[in-house]
Amino acid sequence: MTAAARLPSPAPLDRAQCEEFLIHEARLLDEGRFDEWLALFTPEARYWVPSEPGQTSPLDTVSLMYDDRRLLETRVRRLGGPRIHSQEPRSRTSRIVTNVTLEETDSIGALVRSKFVMLEYRREQQRPFAGTYWHRLVLTDGAIRIAQKRVDLVNCDAPMDGLVVPF
Amino acid sequence: MQSNGEDVSPLVQPARVHRRLYTDPAIFELEMQHIFGVAWIYVGHESQIRNPGDYFCTQVSRKPLIVVRGADGKIRALHNQCAHRGAMVVASDKGNTDEFQCCYHGWTYHLDGRLKAVPLQHGYPDDFDPKNPKTSMLQVPRVESYRGFIFVSLASEGRSLEDFLGFMATSLDDMLDRAPDGEIEVAGGSFKHAYQGNWKLYLENLCDAAHPWFTHRSSIDAAQQQKDDVYSDGSGEIAIRQMRQNGAPYSFWESQVGIWTYPNGHSFLGDYHDDAKLVAAMNDPVFRDYIGAMEAKKGKERTRQIMEVRRWNSNVYPNLSFMSQFQQLRVIHPVSVNRTMVQTYLFRLKGAPDRMFQNAVSFANIVNGTGSLVLTDDLEIYNRIGLGLASEGAEWIEIGRGFKSDLPDQHGGRRGKNSTSEIYIRNMFDAWRSYMLGERPGMSASAVARP
Repeated sequence: MTAAARLPSPAPLDRAQCEEFLIHEARLLDEGRFDEWLALFTPEARYWVPSEPGQTSPLDTVSLMYDDRRLLETRVRRLGGPRIHSQEPRSRTSRIVTNVTLEETDSIGALVRSKFVMLEYRREQQRPFAGTYWHRLVLTDGAIRIAQKRVDLVNCDAPMDGLVVPF
Repeated sequence: MQSNGEDVSPLVQPARVHRRLYTDPAIFELEMQHIFGVAWIYVGHESQIRNPGDYFCTQVSRKPLIVVRGADGKIRALHNQCAHRGAMVVASDKGNTDEFQCCYHGWTYHLDGRLKAVPLQHGYPDDFDPKNPKTSMLQVPRVESYRGFIFVSLASEGRSLEDFLGFMATSLDDMLDRAPDGEIEVAGGSFKHAYQGNWKLYLENLCDAAHPWFTHRSSIDAAQQQKDDVYSDGSGEIAIRQMRQNGAPYSFWESQVGIWTYPNGHSFLGDYHDDAKLVAAMNDPVFRDYIGAMEAKKGKERTRQIMEVRRWNSNVYPNLSFMSQFQQLRVIHPVSVNRTMVQTYLFRLKGAPDRMFQNAVSFANIVNGTGSLVLTDDLEIYNRIGLGLASEGAEWIEIGRGFKSDLPDQHGGRRGKNSTSEIYIRNMFDAWRSYMLGERPGMSASAVARP
């Protein structure tokens, strides 16, 4: 095959669009708009927060969070429920998403790597979290959707109190 | 037993205990000495250190230890402290090595703790002798395994591990019996979660059948309302079932679930999950394959007997809780009177289909995980008890549910009238009192919390 025989597929997403999307997603999470956050995921999406650095599989090693659509819907419904004791009082969070790079692009979307810092405040205690986001974003009917989201926390294997608010 | 010159035994009374048992740092220090410094403490499983030189680090009674398989194949536990200036010698959680070397002045030890080499040996005093035990990393006096489960005792004398476990050894048997090949191994990583509360709260919750309806309401409602016709990769199936099951009415808990207690503070909740109807259902292909593997190795009759053992959490006082049906195991590490760390492990059943282990992983994520939909509400309870007790309001904590309705058990224990009895908490305080008074637990005629 020569270089001229095939034109590269046009990438539907550029870095600026992806960054704008990540900022929007972080805002939904910080504002507790979890139903709108859920709506950003494709029907077959996975949301994954590994428990080990460099973890390769969510199926043979435990994860801080690993949700398919059914579990993610359950998680979000619980967050919005009136009797979630671990969110009374509610956490307040503030996230910064930065260092956005496109790691791969193809005809339907991109794999986007970014860095985040999140502070969680609840009941007179503030917890810092930081790490790397990996978003597999796809363009569907003109809207950006999350097909996979992986969150690598720098302290994923540390002893921690419960994690309730998604990263 | 004295705390600051005071007798602590009146703090445990029939059907109630004093709040200071959860809040007083002096009592915590006594517990570390008289309970964690004496009892058999679970540290790990032999599959974590299969080969000579394999080791892992842990803490017992807050003391950093190395559990290591020696060149001779024997398992030992060493205090993780250099005999020279006291530095912690091994800094990695686990690994394989042929010697331990201190990073400060290079003192180097054999795997059994004996000193191997010292740089600049001529500079030490004339009576310096590398063969003197004083120059060794100290061995923990007693290390014993029960069918691969490793326990240590910091006390050089005392009852055997077998005596200590008593009938509860059958719960460990149950974990092994469920492996078609008769062997299990630690796999799948671990969780470490921590809370601001006393270590006893954790064990006191694990056989508490009265709390799910309230504590876990948020995940019960969320799971019960969840539609099943959305995309699932199958990994959440076990978790969804468990959360829904937590919403069983009180009548279910009181009629279908029982609680059994045994000497030395041990207990289990039983008859909860029925392998035939809840865990995997006979029409589940994974479970069918698993049963097939079991029957091929053990025969139909033996397989049926094994599946009939339906124990939920089995608790070995003071630091171990495990559940054979999903191969989960939790180790409790007291940090301070108001701080506890718990590490959760999984086992792989040798000879079982891979999907059985994936179910164990999935179950752990949702029920025992740091970010789970279930455990996070339990952690909130431990934190709130820590906060509530700090108020120094009511002096006494009630542990009287089911009091005076306990029944004898044919294996030398007592069982609650039903699963919502707090008998297992009273049973733990019987052991607590015996340890703290220096009695031999289980042999005391005057066990205080007994009706």
